[in-house]
Amino acid sequence: MAEGSNQKKEYDYRYKPQNAEITKEVSETVHTEESELVGAERQEAEALKNSGQKIEKKPRLPRRGILDRKAPCGLHCIKMNDIGVKVGNTAIIEHINLHIHCGKLTVIIGRNGAGKSTLIKAILGEIRHSGTIEFRDMRDQSMQDLRIGYVPQVLNIEKNTPTSVYDLFASYVSNVPVFLRKSRRVAERIRKSLELFQAQELLDKQVCDLSGGELQRVLLSIACDPVPNLLLLDEPVSGIDQNGMELFYRNLTMLKKHYDMAMILVSHDLDFVEKYADNVILLDKSIVKEGTPAQVFASEEFKNIFGTQRRG
Amino acid sequence: MEIIMETIYAIMEKLLPFDYIQYDFMKNALLAVLIITPLFGILGTMIVNNRMAFFSDALGHSALTGMAIGILFGVMDSSGPMLLFAVVFALLLNRIRHSGIVSGDTVISVFSSLSTALGLVILSRGGNFSKYSALLVGDILSIRAEEIGKLLIIFVVTFLFWGFFFNKLHAVSLNSSLAKSKRIPVLLIDNIFVVLIALIVMLSIQWVGILIINALLILPAAAAKNLAANMREYHGFAVMISVFSGVLGLILSYYLDMAAGPMIVVIAALIFFVTLLLRPLVKE
Repeated sequence: MAEGSNQKKEYDYRYKPQNAEITKEVSETVHTEESELVGAERQEAEALKNSGQKIEKKPRLPRRGILDRKAPCGLHCIKMNDIGVKVGNTAIIEHINLHIHCGKLTVIIGRNGAGKSTLIKAILGEIRHSGTIEFRDMRDQSMQDLRIGYVPQVLNIEKNTPTSVYDLFASYVSNVPVFLRKSRRVAERIRKSLELFQAQELLDKQVCDLSGGELQRVLLSIACDPVPNLLLLDEPVSGIDQNGMELFYRNLTMLKKHYDMAMILVSHDLDFVEKYADNVILLDKSIVKEGTPAQVFASEEFKNIFGTQRRG
Repeated sequence: MEIIMETIYAIMEKLLPFDYIQYDFMKNALLAVLIITPLFGILGTMIVNNRMAFFSDALGHSALTGMAIGILFGVMDSSGPMLLFAVVFALLLNRIRHSGIVSGDTVISVFSSLSTALGLVILSRGGNFSKYSALLVGDILSIRAEEIGKLLIIFVVTFLFWGFFFNKLHAVSLNSSLAKSKRIPVLLIDNIFVVLIALIVMLSIQWVGILIINALLILPAAAAKNLAANMREYHGFAVMISVFSGVLGLILSYYLDMAAGPMIVVIAALIFFVTLLLRPLVKE
């Protein structure tokens, strides 16, 4: 056992500087492309305007692979109107009104049992809820079909389960049966997706042997393939060390910069929230406080909920 | 039908120059084993991954109630009511399993005991349960050609389902919320899977027996899990182990004059222990 954990640490150290390089590279290449993209986008928007009302009610945006980047336009918006979830007669969450734009990281915080996971499940459409969720293009106010990418907290996977990262990934994105053969084409696509999150070397590892941080990077790349309009992240409560968390948030920042998507993160680590969030939502059955991290962290409501647990 | 069977018999006699093969019941039994065991190997992988061992066990026990219902309504061939009851039972259990109201294992064992008891109560009316005791152990030597045909059909159906929907089934088993976000019809896939288990268990229970059918489903996959590092190896090993113990068990039971089903289970269990010992070597 002890030997195993040593190996893992070594692996991480070896890995770190490389990451920094990759992220740097990525941001450089994208900056050069950005002007082009904006131009193309303008054309697209104009084309949309010209075609006017011929557009069908809920067109699905074209599927985009993780490799074609498109900087956030800030013009897609997800609006949740009066979301509520009831179990029997008890309201778990109620009157949730949210407005989320692409290119922004919105973090939901709150004590245990405040309804954070319930809200995520409601957005995913997994449990019944009242209220509506709209996804609009603000250029022409057209409604669009919302594609959600989801990063779960955990997988239902026991120790010693023969599921490789390839099997896991391909099950969600491919129809080539993973029990029959490993398609080279699918494997290549997966490797490229993993590469973006510094996880390409994990392709043939067993999922149950991954560390918390490694698994999270794999799940993140599954959620982003194809690129979603809304990325929902349920951050694990434990199992990820400080370096892993830092890498995770750097990845989110990278996504925010280079992809046209909105992000909602349920987080338990207030220090990271303070550092990286654009918007913080303090949830306690309903939204009790909303704003920038500084605003929310300084509020009376925040102190009532977290006051004793947090210094300063 | 007869012509097909006779051709198959002739081929088997040519290929297998052993004295047990001269009996038609041995040929039938061997054919049945060659269909059932790979099927069980494949199906077992996902039953083990989903931790549904209890579930499939309960389904096996529901055969007693199914048969009892058939007898109550005076149906001569009880396989119809058994199939129907098992499918309804499976869908019901699956619903409860997902509702999350009570712990899955507890509910399932309550239903399992209830369906066993209910079946026993009805079947033992008038003190002649011994008539049905064959159902408990099963008798693969009594299988006939048309029943092999039925097994073949479910074999093809399962293989097609696996070929077209395995990725989705696997995705649902790993995390249903994630599957849902990828627009996979979670409930439908899951229900088809449990219905398939129900059909296969019911169609083979007469030949394998209620007491040991679950062992045949679980053991090959559990053994394969010890050796495999991915889904391809997992399925490959499971099918190989399952077919190997099936064929060897049948042949041994012929020479030793013992019941075939239990013999197959004993061999599969031995293989499981061997893989348990091999695991540290393989996984290094």
